[in-house]
Amino acid sequence: MDSLLNSDRPPVFCPGCSHDRSVHTLDRALKEMGLKGSDVVIVSDIGCSGLFDTFFKTHAFHGLHGRALTYAGGIKLARPHLKVIVTMGDGGLGIGGAHFLAACRRNLDLSLLVLNNFNFGMTGGQFSCTTPEQASVASSFLNVLEKPFDVCDAAVCAGAPFVARSSVYRKDLPELLAAAITFEGFAVVDLWGGCPARYLKKNPLSPKEIESAIEKLPPYQGVVSTNRRREYSSHYREEAAKKTAGVDWHGIEKTFEPTVNERREVVFLGSAGQRVITGGTLLGRAAISAGMNVTQKNDYHITVMRGPSVTEVIVSPQAITYTGVGKPDVIIALSKEGVQKRWGLFERMTKRGRIILAAGVEIPTTDAQVEEVAFKAGGIKKKERALAALYLMARDRDPITPEMLEEALQQSFQGKRLEEARLVLEKAATVLTH
Amino acid sequence: MGLLFIDGNQAVAMGAMHAGCRFFASYPITPASNLLAAMLDTLPAAGGIALQGEDEIASIGYCLGASMAGMKVMTATSGPGLSLYSENISFAIAGEIPIVIVNIMRQGPSTGSATRGADGDVQFMRWGCSGGLPVIVLAPADVNDCFTLTVHAFNLAEQFRCPVIIASNKEIGMTSGTLDMERVEKPAVLDRTLHEAGPFLPFQVKPGEDVPPFLPIGGPILVRQTSSTHGPDGYITTNPSEIQAGVERLQRKIDSKAESFSYFDLEERKGARTLLVAYGVTAGAARTAAAELSENQNIPASLLILKTLWPVPEQVLQAAAVGKERILVVEMNLGQYLQEIQRVLCNQRVDFYGKMSGQLISPTEIIEEVTRG
Repeated sequence: MDSLLNSDRPPVFCPGCSHDRSVHTLDRALKEMGLKGSDVVIVSDIGCSGLFDTFFKTHAFHGLHGRALTYAGGIKLARPHLKVIVTMGDGGLGIGGAHFLAACRRNLDLSLLVLNNFNFGMTGGQFSCTTPEQASVASSFLNVLEKPFDVCDAAVCAGAPFVARSSVYRKDLPELLAAAITFEGFAVVDLWGGCPARYLKKNPLSPKEIESAIEKLPPYQGVVSTNRRREYSSHYREEAAKKTAGVDWHGIEKTFEPTVNERREVVFLGSAGQRVITGGTLLGRAAISAGMNVTQKNDYHITVMRGPSVTEVIVSPQAITYTGVGKPDVIIALSKEGVQKRWGLFERMTKRGRIILAAGVEIPTTDAQVEEVAFKAGGIKKKERALAALYLMARDRDPITPEMLEEALQQSFQGKRLEEARLVLEKAATVLTH
Repeated sequence: MGLLFIDGNQAVAMGAMHAGCRFFASYPITPASNLLAAMLDTLPAAGGIALQGEDEIASIGYCLGASMAGMKVMTATSGPGLSLYSENISFAIAGEIPIVIVNIMRQGPSTGSATRGADGDVQFMRWGCSGGLPVIVLAPADVNDCFTLTVHAFNLAEQFRCPVIIASNKEIGMTSGTLDMERVEKPAVLDRTLHEAGPFLPFQVKPGEDVPPFLPIGGPILVRQTSSTHGPDGYITTNPSEIQAGVERLQRKIDSKAESFSYFDLEERKGARTLLVAYGVTAGAARTAAAELSENQNIPASLLILKTLWPVPEQVLQAAAVGKERILVVEMNLGQYLQEIQRVLCNQRVDFYGKMSGQLISPTEIIEEVTRG
């Protein structure tokens, strides 16, 4: 196969730059693998490593600093056949640390070449996450204070199944890069080299010294057997194929005639665990079975299984424009904390308003008709009270009827849950009297 | 067919599916989290990809990669996440990468109130990126709009190769409403224009056109994408005339076509001296207020509901304001879009009513403001 180097744009690195070597080594690897330019995308980061894509005749994506792995992930998931090679410096690795860890954990079939030259070259030689403590860099003494990051240790720790460290001067590097690119899964190669313009001047480091520094570290030469597992993209597709679409495009048919001819505002004031939001949704579905328009707006407290739970349902034969509650027609007051959350609502109610009040819950003075209900004495549990309150509204056919409520139950529940809901309504019919 | 009982976020998901969205990635954030849930319920089963990114930057990054590989893509967040999208939005503008971004606005600034609505990002969506080039922002007022404008958003993103932001609000995204799938407007679905024949340069436009034909990364013809200032060939350029021509084209491709996607509703009432202008969830309260004023108080007021916020639909505003003594802008913030309306209608009296307390603006408040004037 031919070289994939772009003859119109030869590398422009500084004399003696290790990146120049990396470009040619990568080309040799691609050539040996017999890849065409259209089989490959080079996703390059920012800085000197960000120039890599321009030197190759392949697909190319040059994005933002530190984010190369994210674009590469999107490309790989969309085009699984592509060989996706990411070139990133130690700078990009630092700023994009979260993406690096996520890529290791995720195991998409990407090959990451970290062109590690221990500093930010293009911006003037500042320290990076891999700069040794003893190095002299453009960030004053700051690198003395921080421990350099071991790319390979971190990659293994985060779950990368292929991790290698090498000097750019290693003779068999093309074979190592080919192995990384061929590997089905996330492959990281930590490539050490020198930056003659910014780093080597004050921190002389010969190829030999780089080699011997690497030799002193734990060896990382490729496959990490303890991290071997399914490749993400193919695994994703396999799991996705088992899913069935969870969207109903059909909706609830109109089977009944509306019982009211104007807007009704119903507010449930309860606590977490009282199934207040479910109650509101059932009311909505019941009204829709009569062709009415409905909105439901929930008030979310910062806590999940504690605290007040409030839902506002508007039911109307006409279109609903304003989704807020002005003067509620019905308040279902089930708990103290729910009532306290909307204390001011009660004074807005008119004489026609109705309050279904759980016995023992205190409410402000109001013009509305208060109907105290002994849920507890009737053996209606906390989680059943919102539904039991719906029974009372349905019984009085405003704004829903028992038939609509039954329809809503059937739309919402199946099996045991449906039976339980029907039992609540039966219990309510027996124990709740005017 | 019956009525669906879904919230605005679910309606956006359905609009996205209708428009041919194949890739979605987002990071959990209230009040946009259930859009992630809806896309996870829908996309994988339909052969697409839905991802939860490790953060917002990654989420939009995955989308930009997938978009360049040829998929229709969407991401969703709220103000704090939009802040993190900023740099990638600039990139999507510069690199002409189609993407739909759903911003379910919540009470800010900062972490603010996760479960309280606001329209506080209206200027941020337009200007929250480097370079200052135009973006398209559409503002749904209810679940119907969430469906329809999402389809429009995909069409515009694909047609113009640009980011399109859907400016929703917790009060729309997490409020359920009824949607009639038979009657809801379903715009014809448009795809991006592909390069057909001849040599391909990734940012080369045809004579007389402003949008470069697209080819995906991963096809037989090599494609380049770059965040660097580039010429038609997709390589970095330092040529001032090439740079100037490039940014002017990016501006022109959106601004010169703005009238073709200035979506709005106008309720014109005879004898109206006041024009109410509203968008988003506040449009509903304004509708109620305008109807009440004309039907029961004999104070007819016209109402303009803007559904395209950016670019500013200047001609729509000017036409609606003709002969009005007073323009009253109502919005769920401290006066953001007001500035655009004051700019466009600089010879008219433009008043403002707004608040950002986490509560909806009510029809009563709007009526009071109209009658006060």
